This record gives sequence, C-alpha cells and structure tokens, in this order.
Amino acid sequence: MKNRYNLAAVLSAVVLVCCGALILSQKVSAAGEGKITGTVKLDGPAPHMRGIDMSKDPYCVKANAANPAHMETVVVGKDNGLENVVLYLDGWSGQADVSTAVPVYDQKNCMYTPHVLGLDVTQTFKVVTSDQTAHNIHPLPNPMINVGWNQSQPPGAPPIEKSWKNPEVIPVQCNIHPWMHGWFVVVKGPYATTGDDGSFTINNVPPGNYTVKAWHEPDETQTQKVTVAAGQSATANFTFKAK
Amino acid sequence: MRTRLQTWILLGVAAIWALPLTSWAQLTTEDIASRENMESHIGNVTGHVNGLAKYDYRRYCVVCHGQLGDGEGESAKWMDTPTYTKPRNFQLGVFKCRSTPTGTLPTDEDLFDTIARGMDRSNMPQWSQFTKQQRANLVAYVKHFSPRFATEKAGTPITIPPEPEVTPERIKAGQEVFARVQCWKCHGVQGMANGPSASTLTDDLGHPIAPFNFTEGSRPKCGDTDRDIYRIFMTGLDGTPMPSFADNIKPDEAWDLVFYLRTFMQQKSKAKEIAKKMDLKPVSANP
Repeated sequence: MKNRYNLAAVLSAVVLVCCGALILSQKVSAAGEGKITGTVKLDGPAPHMRGIDMSKDPYCVKANAANPAHMETVVVGKDNGLENVVLYLDGWSGQADVSTAVPVYDQKNCMYTPHVLGLDVTQTFKVVTSDQTAHNIHPLPNPMINVGWNQSQPPGAPPIEKSWKNPEVIPVQCNIHPWMHGWFVVVKGPYATTGDDGSFTINNVPPGNYTVKAWHEPDETQTQKVTVAAGQSATANFTFKAK
Repeated sequence: MRTRLQTWILLGVAAIWALPLTSWAQLTTEDIASRENMESHIGNVTGHVNGLAKYDYRRYCVVCHGQLGDGEGESAKWMDTPTYTKPRNFQLGVFKCRSTPTGTLPTDEDLFDTIARGMDRSNMPQWSQFTKQQRANLVAYVKHFSPRFATEKAGTPITIPPEPEVTPERIKAGQEVFARVQCWKCHGVQGMANGPSASTLTDDLGHPIAPFNFTEGSRPKCGDTDRDIYRIFMTGLDGTPMPSFADNIKPDEAWDLVFYLRTFMQQKSKAKEIAKKMDLKPVSANP
C-alpha cells in the first residue's frame, strides 16, 4: 500500500517538474529576445521644405501663426538624424507583434501628428482630432490589399478606432485641407519608427538572422542583414542620400 | 505645316496622358472568370453571371466600363472632368451609392438601384427599362469583377428611423448641424459647391471632382428622396472626398439636416416652403 502512495507521489512530482520546466523554458525564450538599435541619417544637406499656405482655413492659419508649418517630406533633426523612417524585419514569419499599445494619429494644427505612423497588421490605432475645424480622415489603400474608408471628424468628434488587415504603405489625406498628407506604414512583426534624432529600437526580436528594412516616404527602402543573439542588442545604421 | 515646337508640345502632352495617376494592379481575364458562379439576390430573383448578363454587359456597359470591368472602356478617356466623373472601376469593389457604412461592400439591392437610377451629372444613364431579371444578372456580373465580393460580405445597412414631420424648429436645428460638422467647407454656406475647399478636391484615383451643388436643380447622385439624402451623408460616398458623418450626427439630427439641405434645392418640398417664411441667414464661414 505504502509503495503505491510513494509511486503516486513520485509521479505527481515528475508531472509538476515537467510542467514547471515547460513554463520556465517559455519564459527563458522570452527573456532571450534581443533588440535591434541604430540611427538613420541623411547624407547631404537637408532639402528645403516649403512652407504651407493654409489660407483656405483661417483656423489653420491662426494655429500655425507662431510656428509656420512646413512640408514634412524630409524631416532632419540633430546630427542629420532622419525622422519618420519605419524599420521592420523583412519576411517576418513569426507571430504578429502582440503589442497592446494603441498608437494615436492626431489631427493637430491642421497637420498629422505623427506624419508617419508605423503599425503591425491588425494592430488597433486611434484617430483623434485636437482641432477646432472639421477634418475628414481618408486613407487611400490599394483596394486589392486593404479596405479604405473616409470619415468626418468635426471639432469635438469622438476618436475612431481602426486596424489594417494586410501589410501596405497607405497614404492618408484630408480632402478639406489638401496639404494634410501622412502615411500608415503597415508591416508584419516588430517595427520601430525613428524619432527626431533618427534613432530607433526594434524590441521583442527573437534570436536569429534578419534583414532589417528601412522605409522612407514616398517609396525609398534600404535593407541590411543583422544577427540577433539571445538577450543581446544588434546594431543597424542606415544612411539615406539627400536629393 | 507643324513646327518642331508644336510637335514637342504634342509629345509632352501625350507623355503626361500616358502616365497613370495611380497604378493599382489590373486583374486578368482568368482571375475574373474564376468568379463566374457569383450570384445576386434581389427579393426572389437570382441574378447569374453566365447567360444573358454577358450579352447585356457587352451591349450596354462595356463601352465605358470595359471588357475587364476596370472602367477603361473605349469611351472612358473622354470622361475626365470634375463634374463628369470617370466610369467606375468594378475591380476595386469601391462604390459610391450604398446603404452600408463607409469601407464596406454595398448590398445587391444598392447596385440594383444604381443601375435603374443612373448617375446624374455623369454619363451613366438610367437603365430602368431593363427587366428585374436583367438588372439582377448585371448586378451579379458587376460583382464578379471584384475579388472583394468573393471573400467579403456586404455591410449591414444603416438603420434609418421613420421620417419625422418637418417643422421650422427642425430646419433651424438642421442648420446648426450644417454649421457644426462644417458641410460648408466644400458645399458652401448656401449649398452652391463653392466652399473654401471645393476647388482642390480629388477622388481616390487623383481626378478632380466637384462637390454637389444643391442649388442648380440636378439630383444628388445616389437618389433624390429624403431617405436617399439621409443615406448619402451617413454612409459617405466611397471613392470620393465625401466622408461618412455617422459618428458625428445622431439619427434624429440627420433628419434635421435633410430638411435644411432641402431648403437649398430647387425641387419643391415642404421644407423649402416653410423656410421661405423663416428668413434664414446662411451660416457663418468663420465660426
């Protein structure tokens, strides 16, 4: 009788240890995720960004009176760092980035903030308006890839929550204010967008060999091969030629 | 005798025309044919792609909408002005006149109604002389051009509450909605299509497009009943700059706006008669 109890105890201990090992091993691999960091720079003098004539809408003129708005096709910061570059892993076959972050796309002072919004496929994002003038938010995907829509956002409008099904670079525009032009860059897997100093960090990258792709509007891309070791940080720096 | 300069100018103009405004993938005949089992359901009538639809499409539709439904029929190149829009590209599955929310496919009835109604201020005539079966077949035929109809369901039509009685209060309230959501940005404070943003509007393919002028007597593109007008601003006209206002206008307010819009229109209406006695001033363009 006693032996049988012993056997049961040993068996349950074995099961427990196995379960624990399984859980731990998963945690171990999560902790093994590395990251890719780097800086994107512009080679050459930053091109002149022309000012925007907003006289169509007195509200917009007033909102930008202190700090006149300029085109944002090429935005260069400290040490020629290039802003608004989206970096992602080309040919990513893993799970979609399970980030629960809900990025916000704001219509502020009759401009899009940010100008470029990186997104994972199916990641929810919010479109809001901070302006006291009516906008319409009108993304223009290729209808063969994603389904477009067009919604009004008058002053005080509630946020719109949306997501995109497939990877695509989607231009977005406001028809009321024709200078308002931005981008949704929808990719698969981990991604990052450069800040005003051109730096970026792609988090949650499992160990392995990758091709990092850097996208800058309208359709300029560069790639670079990197190897990410468990728990380590790999580096990828990019340089875009000034035009 | 043509001078050399004239030749160069002609060549330059030809080159600009040859540049596509937006290059979206073109479907092949095989891809389209793979959807030949597409059906449409209008009440108890079922429309089919194979059979008579093909002949009707070739006889009546192909000259504008094209063999592949891409809107590039042989007459299409003559239709490219702000007030006469290009024929619809059925491959994209994007339609103006829907009872369904923005970003969704129209119902079979929506397409069926569009065929009969035609499109005012365009080259799309009314095909109301067709039998119900003919039109249902053409709906199936239009749908089979787009892969969207094979994978997606039509959107759920928006609910339109019964039309209330028009009153001076409702017209006034409608004017407040018109001012609040800023319809005048494009349509102008008197509905004359001369708002500050009217001149720069383009459709999804980059072609210039004009906002609707309420005052010149033509019908709105997606129908001229009160319910049609209600639907237009609550669903938006996909493919054009006209957005959906569904998030920002409550159903009851939407009827108020319909009544106010009626006061701009030449067509006789009760709202117009009431408004005559109200001495309404246009809204201010600088709130």
